[in-house]
Amino acid sequence: MSAAEAEIRWLDRPLYRGIALFIALFFLVAAAGVSQGSASMLLILVQATGFALIALGLNIQWGYGGLFNFAIMGFLMVGGAAVTFISYPVNASFWNSDGPMLLGRALLAFLIGAALVYAARQTRRLGLRGFGYGLVVVLAWFIAYVIYRSQIDPAAAYIESTAGFIGGLGLNPVLGWLFGGLLAAAIAYFVGKISLGLRTDYLAIATIGISEIIRALIKNMDWLTRGTMSVSPMPWPTPLPQALQANGVGIADSFVQARLGFLALAVALLVIIFYVIQRAYGGPWGRMMRAIRDNHIAAGSMGKDVTGRQLELFVLGSILMGIGGAMLVSFSQIFDPSGYQPINHTFMIWVMVIVGGAGNSWGVLLGSLLIYVVWVLSDPAAQLIFVNLSTLTQNMGWGAIPEIDSRALQMRVFVLGVVITIALRFAPKGLIPEVIRREG
Amino acid sequence: MDELIFFINRVLISGTVLGSIYALGAIGVTLIFGILRFAHFAHGDMMTMGAFIAFVLAGLCAALGIVTPLPTGFVVLPVAMVIAAFLALGIDKGFYAPLRKRGAKPVTMLIASIGVTLMIQGLIRLIFGSGTRSFYDTEPKDIFRIDMSAFGGTRPISITEPQVLMFVVTALLVIALHLFLTRSRLGKAMRAMADNADLAQVSGINTALVVRVTWVIAGSLACVAGVMLALDVALMPDLAFNIVLPIFAAAIVGGLGHAYGAIVGGFLIAFAETLAVFNWTAVLRPLNGLLPEGMALPANLALVPTEYKLTVAFVILVVTLLVRPTGIFKGVST
Repeated sequence: MSAAEAEIRWLDRPLYRGIALFIALFFLVAAAGVSQGSASMLLILVQATGFALIALGLNIQWGYGGLFNFAIMGFLMVGGAAVTFISYPVNASFWNSDGPMLLGRALLAFLIGAALVYAARQTRRLGLRGFGYGLVVVLAWFIAYVIYRSQIDPAAAYIESTAGFIGGLGLNPVLGWLFGGLLAAAIAYFVGKISLGLRTDYLAIATIGISEIIRALIKNMDWLTRGTMSVSPMPWPTPLPQALQANGVGIADSFVQARLGFLALAVALLVIIFYVIQRAYGGPWGRMMRAIRDNHIAAGSMGKDVTGRQLELFVLGSILMGIGGAMLVSFSQIFDPSGYQPINHTFMIWVMVIVGGAGNSWGVLLGSLLIYVVWVLSDPAAQLIFVNLSTLTQNMGWGAIPEIDSRALQMRVFVLGVVITIALRFAPKGLIPEVIRREG
Repeated sequence: MDELIFFINRVLISGTVLGSIYALGAIGVTLIFGILRFAHFAHGDMMTMGAFIAFVLAGLCAALGIVTPLPTGFVVLPVAMVIAAFLALGIDKGFYAPLRKRGAKPVTMLIASIGVTLMIQGLIRLIFGSGTRSFYDTEPKDIFRIDMSAFGGTRPISITEPQVLMFVVTALLVIALHLFLTRSRLGKAMRAMADNADLAQVSGINTALVVRVTWVIAGSLACVAGVMLALDVALMPDLAFNIVLPIFAAAIVGGLGHAYGAIVGGFLIAFAETLAVFNWTAVLRPLNGLLPEGMALPANLALVPTEYKLTVAFVILVVTLLVRPTGIFKGVST
């Protein structure tokens, strides 16, 4: 066996391969830190940690359960809205107005509508079938919708014209992250309940539709989220740079220290969650999930509750997405519903999981950090290329390339597409593939 | 009478325009699903790509000083369709065919199509920037006003020139497609392959050729749909990305794999959207006279607020998937 072959064998072992790749990633991040400055490297790292949480969530759904979820953007928005509601300072002018009372009436109308729909669905027990049943249910939905709209519209208009929006509760942002996870879990439960029975590509289309519905709602419910006007500044759980500056830290240092503090908290959370996931997936629970993913018919015949377990995975993954989305919003200090795009917030996560290695948490961790760094750095890299090209074309007498800044930003989308295509073609199992253990 | 004219202007015309665009896009999606068995997400960006090809060609025509009686966008359409068809073939050859050869699952193909989406979109934005462009920078948009005073109306029915041309082109394309699918040997082979690919292959149908024809049809129709959208609204890089879901909704409502279903689904979704945001007060205003004193219709009686227009399509999509995933016509089941 030649030395080159031995080296290839050596790299084929997932453990060594993983270590080698993580070392390479470390050098990439370090190089980025040297070229971009440590403050912006910390910025990238905190955001990458948030995305790592989200990617771990998708790994639970897709890697462990084989469930297609294209509604990631929706869950991130839910997390963001949740942390806004919990941590943003209290809006006194809302609580002192008639707003809460009007919202209470709207809630009552909502409950009446829900009861009406529930009652209509029970007519099946009275022996109503077919067209008649469908008619009753549709009619009930329509009446419930009209009742709800008749209450929520004036309430929304009133709040928007007097207090602006309902504001927050002024609590600790970490509570907001947990609430984001909880809210995402509740929504994921309903989404999963109704749509997990669909085949993969239908499920993909259905979840993408649901995520667009969530986006439209959050974007247009100005009374709740301030919509496109965006909410800022959001408080941090750790001291802000401004707070450190007030204590006499220099401006440049304050950003580094503040971001280091946030990063420490985020990484601590990531480590805890990562450890729990690894333990669970290594144990009987993980074996059962693998069995269901690889052959759900056999698993079902062994007495496993396939749909129940799939719903469980879907909800668990969505919790991480909610937490991650909330953390990102906290960190950037602004909740801007129009800043959410399927490319940045759904497809990028998919690229992270597939490039890293679906089913392997270490791989997903690597993938999420790597892809996020590549995503961010392809903008300055493209700018560099464009500037050089521009001087070239100018020297050739063709004139400069216009709008280099905005064009270079778009390079990220293209690079993401190239990366996913190459990965699917040459490494469909990812950089660190799932390790299939043989028990017994 | 004015109310009826208002209804025609606001619902009938804009619904038909939108429906034509959705239908042409959905035919491509549904054919690709029928033949290749995967949801082709990059279809929206193939539409945008087609629109930009036509835009470049129209710009070339203007630069060469060619003046045409019809809007330049329509004159260059056949050339743009041919280019788009070749590009579609190239995309298949470069990105989907290798995966197919490996026997990749439909899910992998779907993710690959998202990769293609990102690449096309990135390239378009790199080349053309992310701003909004219009086909009508150099020439005016003709508006036809049909005088309705003979029927007692005070306002005319107004329709723009590209809209009229759009109806004509869509109708011609749909008829051509129908003839192709039912009369030609290749069209029959296509339907056979959509029904059962293995059976089609053993009975001597050249499946590779059918796949190529599918991409040619899907690519050129996507080009037409994209150009229409650009002519009717404006040309933006993320133009069709927002519309790919309504198109999927149309294809699914009509039953995936069902070309006629896609057409029906396209118009259904389009009219559902337009009717949902239509302000019914405008039409029902004469009823105010019949209502008792002090009771008037509210100023806005739209079913959903305008900003939720696209959401209507998504809701229909999700409800269809949950209640009747095979669509109103029975779709291909895999």
